[in-house]
Amino acid sequence: MNNPDPANNLFNNTSDFDVEKVRADFPILEQQVHGKPLVYLDNAATAQKPKQVIEVLDTYYRETNSNIHRGVHSLSEKATAEYEAARNKVKEFVNAASTKEIVFVRGATEAINLVAQSFGRNTLMADDEIIITELEHHSNIVPWQILSEQTGATLKFIPINDAGELMLEEYEKLLNNKTRIVAVGHISNALGTINPIKTIIDKAHAVGAKVLVDGAQAVPHTKVDVTELDCDFYVFSGHKLFGPTGIGVLYGKEALLESMPPYQGGGDMIQMVSMKKSTYNSLPYKFEAGTPHIAGVIGLGAAIDYVDELGLDSAAQYEHELLVYANEQASLVSGLNLVGTAKNKTSILSFTLDGIHPHDIGTILDGEGVAIRAGHHCAMPVMERFNIPATARASFAFYNTREEIDALIKAIDKCKKVFN
Amino acid sequence: MFDIKDLYQEVIVDHNRSPRNFGKMEDADTTLEGFNPLCGDKLTLYIKTDDNKISDISFDGSGCAISVASASLMTDAMKGISLDEAETLFNEFHNLVTTDDDYDVDRLGKLAALAGVKDYPARVKCASLCWHTLHSALQGESTPVRTE
Ligand SMILES: Cc1ncc(COP(=O)(O)O)c(C=O)c1O
Repeated sequence: MNNPDPANNLFNNTSDFDVEKVRADFPILEQQVHGKPLVYLDNAATAQKPKQVIEVLDTYYRETNSNIHRGVHSLSEKATAEYEAARNKVKEFVNAASTKEIVFVRGATEAINLVAQSFGRNTLMADDEIIITELEHHSNIVPWQILSEQTGATLKFIPINDAGELMLEEYEKLLNNKTRIVAVGHISNALGTINPIKTIIDKAHAVGAKVLVDGAQAVPHTKVDVTELDCDFYVFSGHKLFGPTGIGVLYGKEALLESMPPYQGGGDMIQMVSMKKSTYNSLPYKFEAGTPHIAGVIGLGAAIDYVDELGLDSAAQYEHELLVYANEQASLVSGLNLVGTAKNKTSILSFTLDGIHPHDIGTILDGEGVAIRAGHHCAMPVMERFNIPATARASFAFYNTREEIDALIKAIDKCKKVFN
Repeated sequence: MFDIKDLYQEVIVDHNRSPRNFGKMEDADTTLEGFNPLCGDKLTLYIKTDDNKISDISFDGSGCAISVASASLMTDAMKGISLDEAETLFNEFHNLVTTDDDYDVDRLGKLAALAGVKDYPARVKCASLCWHTLHSALQGESTPVRTE
């Protein structure tokens, strides 16, 4: 990059991340919206896909498409091999002990529902307690509310402070020997807060509770090691990790998954079916009833290859620099209030503007080519906590640039002009 | 040429900044809430009817500029008209924000400022929340209106 702006050079010196090269991998970013270059800052909702992923999907449907685990013909064998190779990539990606611990599901949402129903419903009793947090995405709230209605177990929330950080001292007060499940997001989608999940996991284990970590927002930004974390379940979605929609991962400790009954019945999840009774297949197939999203799994494998090659560490470092820059620029805008100012956060900028509703911000920014999310971000308890109906949220990925943040700030100025 | 001002016309910005007929009416004959769960827009309509006419109407609540301006403009337009005329206006407004059909600027008056909404499918619900709420209230319904 030969930008004459000295400030820009300074910025480049702090990170040798070649963003222009990365951007060239994402064909969607080249387009214009309303005659302006697209500035895609809605990565927390879903991330864009590199051509490496798009090409793998294309090749799969052109050359390999076949059902898996049941054909003796060559295509089926090839599809099965690619599908299982992707499982191995996921295993390595999160550092699980075995591919038996990697279950493919539709997304984080389905993974959480699976654990709530298969593990929770079969082990919880009326006196038991489930702990989640005020920061959660609805998909890590509602399945536990359903479970609590079904079992009579009590659902408790770890509160957050004004910065949007979990109040660990309150967590300790909630924990007791009735706590069975602690379900916590690794990173908040509404505010970007990175939660101290290792501490949360250890404290839960100390009272004998199992822990599910919702990693939907974490895997695109940070290296995850489930073995080191010692979490019982870890879930994420492929589409936020630069992979296809409709595919996600449930990691579960083998012994736990082994002890759990199937979530759905159907083909592939059985060993033997007779009219009287069926015997279930071994892990992880016991939880993969029916023809899975084969192309999605293979595409997810390609996405993991992509981020591995890129290096999540240097990408995260670069994203952090973007966040610091965005924070600086945003703090210069009068009437802009940041929501979520945790010390430890990922590249999410949630904000409000005095006198301008977030939906109007979203529409006006779109007119400038800037795509953000406006709303409650499926985290209504967070909005309630801050006593606001909604926020505008810009969320950055490693393909975003400093110039795009300038475009965001300029578009925010435009909002203020429209409403002067 | 695309211009955001086609949506955020002066009338809308003005009615958002200082909404007319805003505030709770203690002695309303009919009170009904409208809620858009998707964006959290909330409003309550207060209506007084007299001899098949809307003799007074007000609203309160919170929402985006489009929803506030729409409620402000709607309540202005509704004051003093008959229930039949209100129903006709409801239908005309619906056409205004959802179809490319011609509309009668003379009849719609300032409401025509909301025509730009039809180019923003995600925002049509913001503009129509108060109208659906009014429609339900005049039909005698009492369950809060939800648009999604
Ligand atoms: C923190 C968090 N958890 C869970 C989800 C649900 O993911 P999905 O809709 O892909 O199942 C999301 C997606 O928005 C999220 O941000």
